[in-house]
Amino acid sequence: MSRPHLTLVSDGLTLPPEAEAPAPPVPAAPAEPAPVPLSAWSNVHAADAIRASSAQAQLAPPDSRRALKAFLKNPTAMTGFVFLVLVVAAALAAPVLYPDDPLAMVARPLIWPGQDPDFPLGTDSLGRDVAAGLFHGARVSLMVGLAATAIGLAAGTLVGALAGYFGGRLDAALVRLIEIFQSIPSFILLIVLVAIAQPTMATITVAIGLVTWPTIARLARAEFRAIRAKEFVAAAKSLGYGHTRIILREILPNALPPLIVTASVMVASAILNESALSFMGMGDPNVVSWGSMIGAGRELLRTAWFLTALPGLVIVFTVLALNLIGDGLNDALNPRMSAER
Amino acid sequence: MPAVLDVRHLSIAFPRATPVPDLSFTIEEGETLALVGESGSGKSLTALALMRLLPRNARLGAASRILFSGRNIAQLPEQEMRRLRGRDMAMIFQEPMTSLNPVMTVGRQIAEVLELHEGLSCRAARKRAAELLDLVRIPEAHHRLDAYPHQFSGGQRQRVMIAVAIAAHPRLLIADEPTTALDVTIQAQILELLDQLRRDLSMALLLITHDLGVVAQWADRVIALYAGHKVEEARPQLLFGTPAHPYTQGLLAASPRLRADYHYSDGPLIEIPGSIVSAVGEKGCPFAPRCPVARPACRAAMPPLLPQGDGHFVACPVTTLREAPHGHSVGL
Repeated sequence: MSRPHLTLVSDGLTLPPEAEAPAPPVPAAPAEPAPVPLSAWSNVHAADAIRASSAQAQLAPPDSRRALKAFLKNPTAMTGFVFLVLVVAAALAAPVLYPDDPLAMVARPLIWPGQDPDFPLGTDSLGRDVAAGLFHGARVSLMVGLAATAIGLAAGTLVGALAGYFGGRLDAALVRLIEIFQSIPSFILLIVLVAIAQPTMATITVAIGLVTWPTIARLARAEFRAIRAKEFVAAAKSLGYGHTRIILREILPNALPPLIVTASVMVASAILNESALSFMGMGDPNVVSWGSMIGAGRELLRTAWFLTALPGLVIVFTVLALNLIGDGLNDALNPRMSAER
Repeated sequence: MPAVLDVRHLSIAFPRATPVPDLSFTIEEGETLALVGESGSGKSLTALALMRLLPRNARLGAASRILFSGRNIAQLPEQEMRRLRGRDMAMIFQEPMTSLNPVMTVGRQIAEVLELHEGLSCRAARKRAAELLDLVRIPEAHHRLDAYPHQFSGGQRQRVMIAVAIAAHPRLLIADEPTTALDVTIQAQILELLDQLRRDLSMALLLITHDLGVVAQWADRVIALYAGHKVEEARPQLLFGTPAHPYTQGLLAASPRLRADYHYSDGPLIEIPGSIVSAVGEKGCPFAPRCPVARPACRAAMPPLLPQGDGHFVACPVTTLREAPHGHSVGL
């Protein structure tokens, strides 16, 4: 950082020369500058610096654009992003490429990948097209992942925001509630919830959202507690803003970056949770998902391993992609990290 | 002139301490009143109390009366208080770096106040925001509306803060150390701006500072606070010319003045011995433990604030003995 004000002190005050150089060759003229008549409280008189302060501005581009740039420059994040785009494209293309029911038996069972050009990824033990299953499974996995994360994010942010902003007894009560949820093993809770309700896409999604909100709630609470103490929140209060406005307009946008990062990882874990449920046969029986394909192929693991390996790989890469995106977002949205770049 | 703000017997108490025991003062319309004192003297708490934004564990004393335009706002419900804040009284904070929302454009932040308190439409508020930025002398105001706070320098941010604070034409502006975080060149500009806005908008200005230079130049009246007690009140000329309280005398003596024939290495700076912490639990004058002229009576009870003529009030019976009649002794 340069210090522009030093150079601007042109009238009123005269600064002594930077440092007395050791023995200047030329006998220095008056060693000290002639004392300027100053009033007793001269520290408030100084030269004008408007130009300097306006020149200092307009250095950094707006935050969002900087974050986007940092994200685009990050090769791992872009790898994840490209793979996720492929998965989304597959999900969108599924009804066009495979308009028939992916659960329908269409060919001889257990065709290996590459044997029959009509079924490039083969068929399973019931003669269902594996490729159609993977494409349609992408729809289910992404749907569940995004919707469950949206539910978890909304519920978690609401609870965390109220607890963190208001503090006190409300905070204590809400933290107890979060702890109750966190003290139950989440997958067991998920199984119980799905077992009680009918296993449909909607109930599975809601159940996953219900299991994952405490993570977000804790994070949101911590962020709100930290930001609540910032001076701009005090300034907002001094302007007569109400609680709702302060929470939604002042604090929430500032608390978003870590929440977004966590959400991207939550999508991945929601996909895993759905797969695990389907693997255990607790998924929606009317749709094909990656997890249910693995579950169905389990019994033929030694003879037809591709039935578990293919959907397994797709899950691995999708989850990895989401985690890479999360990392990239973390770097891009975290100003301390990006300052070092 | 009518008093915009009339504070009587203000007391602020925390569960374990009472940083402001009993403080009374008034601010008239268009006047600049300076509250000076060192850290811990209760200046900022007083400001927050006036806005009713005290920390949750702080309590206003039951006898506290804050008359704002003749209306006691000390016990006003939060809902009504919220309508007052930002519209009738506004506040500027010490740190311009952190007192603006970093993710909202400055135009939006100014417009928000106007939409809330003046009921302006989005477009009208934006237009007015540009005028306000111009009023606080941000160059090319129209283009800067969509800029974010980090694109402004410290001084400019404080100008934006001022624009936000005066957006709804408050009658009282509280500036809590508005220039402490800025370098001296910018300091002068900001104070100049505040002074001009005060005159143009006929606001009352409560200037909270520990900078005696600021007080000397910009205040109409000064109140010196020590540990929450008003120890002296006067016009700045009087306070600086003939300080009467030992604390004020010490403060002025301890300030390095710039004189042509004086350099700080010529001799030791004068300091007030001890620290303000010694005022805790003091029954009498809070300054007594550090006072060079304290008498036993000073420690028994807080000396009353006595008029010395010409609007000069001092709470010290020792140094004002010659002027004050003998009947007014400490026991009052």
